[in-house]
Amino acid sequence: MTALLELFLARYIYLFVLVLLAIGLYGVLAKTDLVKKVIGLTIFSTAIYLFFIEGSLQEGGTAPVIDERGSDPALYVDPLPHLLILTAIVVGVGVVGVALALLVRLYRTHGTLDEDVIAARLAGREVADDGDTPEDRG
Amino acid sequence: MSQLPILPLLPMLFGSIIAVLAGMWRAKAAQVIAVIATGSALLFALTGLVIVTRDGPISYDLGGWPPPIGIEYVLDPLSAFMTSIVALIGLLVMIYPVDAAFDLRPRKGVPLYPLALLMLTGLMGVMLSGDLFHLFVFLEIYAIATYGLVSLGGDRATFAALRYLLLGTIGSGLYLLGVGFLYFSTGTLNMADMAQQLGGMSGSPTVLGAMALMVIGLALKMALFPLHVWLPDAHSYSTPGVAALLAAVQVKAGAYALVRILFDVFGPAYTGFDGVPVSAALVWFGLAGIVVGSVMAIRQTDIKRLLAYSTVAQLGYIGLGIGLATPLALVGALLHVLNHAVMKSGLFLVAGGIIQRTGLKAIPRFSGLGKRMPLTMTGFAIAALSMVGIPPLAGFWSKFYLVWATIDLGNWVAAVVVVGSSILTMVYFLKLFEQIFVREPQEEVVATAVEPSGRVVGTVGVLATAIVLIGLFNAAIVSQVLGPLAERMLG
Repeated sequence: MTALLELFLARYIYLFVLVLLAIGLYGVLAKTDLVKKVIGLTIFSTAIYLFFIEGSLQEGGTAPVIDERGSDPALYVDPLPHLLILTAIVVGVGVVGVALALLVRLYRTHGTLDEDVIAARLAGREVADDGDTPEDRG
Repeated sequence: MSQLPILPLLPMLFGSIIAVLAGMWRAKAAQVIAVIATGSALLFALTGLVIVTRDGPISYDLGGWPPPIGIEYVLDPLSAFMTSIVALIGLLVMIYPVDAAFDLRPRKGVPLYPLALLMLTGLMGVMLSGDLFHLFVFLEIYAIATYGLVSLGGDRATFAALRYLLLGTIGSGLYLLGVGFLYFSTGTLNMADMAQQLGGMSGSPTVLGAMALMVIGLALKMALFPLHVWLPDAHSYSTPGVAALLAAVQVKAGAYALVRILFDVFGPAYTGFDGVPVSAALVWFGLAGIVVGSVMAIRQTDIKRLLAYSTVAQLGYIGLGIGLATPLALVGALLHVLNHAVMKSGLFLVAGGIIQRTGLKAIPRFSGLGKRMPLTMTGFAIAALSMVGIPPLAGFWSKFYLVWATIDLGNWVAAVVVVGSSILTMVYFLKLFEQIFVREPQEEVVATAVEPSGRVVGTVGVLATAIVLIGLFNAAIVSQVLGPLAERMLG
């Protein structure tokens, strides 16, 4: 039991990461509100960022500037995951920006952000014309 | 020539920036810049292909930091082959007239060509990068540009682009998570270095978890069945030029990354260890994709939607080839990457020509087009016959290698599905042939239609010629480039 508890204490952050991944995935796949889907996507990516940051952690480690304590890697926090995640955050901001821009265009055309309503309306329009007339643009 | 690995990327990246400025000055100038950029990228890629097949891989250390610390760009036969395909299809779509490719006159403020160039930059980056995280960055660069390009197709396309964005980002997120697993167990991101470190730990659960995450993420990117759900909408509602780029080269970047990572990075963990049935999963999902994609294609009446479902089926062949993991199957899969690129972009460009001249998308209204647009429709016929797999044409050979590989392995189900799918492919193209070549014109727009503009006929003609030439000279491609490459990756 103590071994299990120790394992939990050492790894509990990964459980949080897993829960966050699941919440994010649920938001993207199950919610019908498009904004909530984008929020789910953000939660999903944040979980991945946290996974990298947690992995880089070094018990008792400090900032990776080599000083009088020498160059033993066990004394320092691994800087590379931080760097990767900084890049991934920038990429993620770009993706969310595009997503929000698309949301704005959808909202201007349809006046709603409910996925089911928009999908039904688009499908209904598909039946109304036979797909050959030039499509109206949003 | 040690800069060769990065040379195809530079004209594309700077071309996309210059094209923004040029487009503000004169709308037409952006297209000229795009043609010059993709043209020079094609030259560099082909030069690279010739040099690396003769002298072996070249690597370039970005910023002068040697690997495994720095980011490395690697030009080997596989990446040179893929980059050449991307540049070739890119060049043809850039030459293709803007109103047919993007369904609209070049307007100020709509950065069509910069976005297209940025997408091609991302695709080439994926293919040239020798670093797992750098590959992720390029995956996202091309993905973001794609979302923008898809949304140009109007209201439905915007919705399709958003759905694609949600799934695509989850796909690259899963890939990134896999990279994290690998980094924390090996301490490196460089592909060659990681392959060495992974050599001794092929059974480790972390490595297998990473492999599962990366395969799912990249399969989502390449739209392998059953993760293809975003593809039909995104490909059929986007404009013909964008659809040609997406179907011909964009989904292939996922396939390339899958090949590179499974065979070059995981190596024995993928091919030798059978604890996790990744390769079996790829085979069966590939086969299911072939059947489902073909059957769905038969049921479509919109030409672009038919072609989109057909892409799902064709990607099944590539997944099948990767899953079988023998040199023959890999040759088949990679040859199919090339064949499908030329065939499907040709078909989408024909569809663009039809839409440009008549505005028609519904196949039942196509009757008699063959008599009005003989040249374009000949190109269409060649591409379609090649898709079916009629012997001298390109499409026959990739199926031939795949069937040969399945028989070699004794996997008769796969052999029957691959051969049988040719019949399904024939069914949906016969439907088109009947309307186009047998029937008399009925619609007013068809009766008065004329051949699309010279550039449409020209690009379709180049692709049709390429299909015939690849078919005739496929022995040279296989023995010079793909055969040695597959032997090396699986040797």
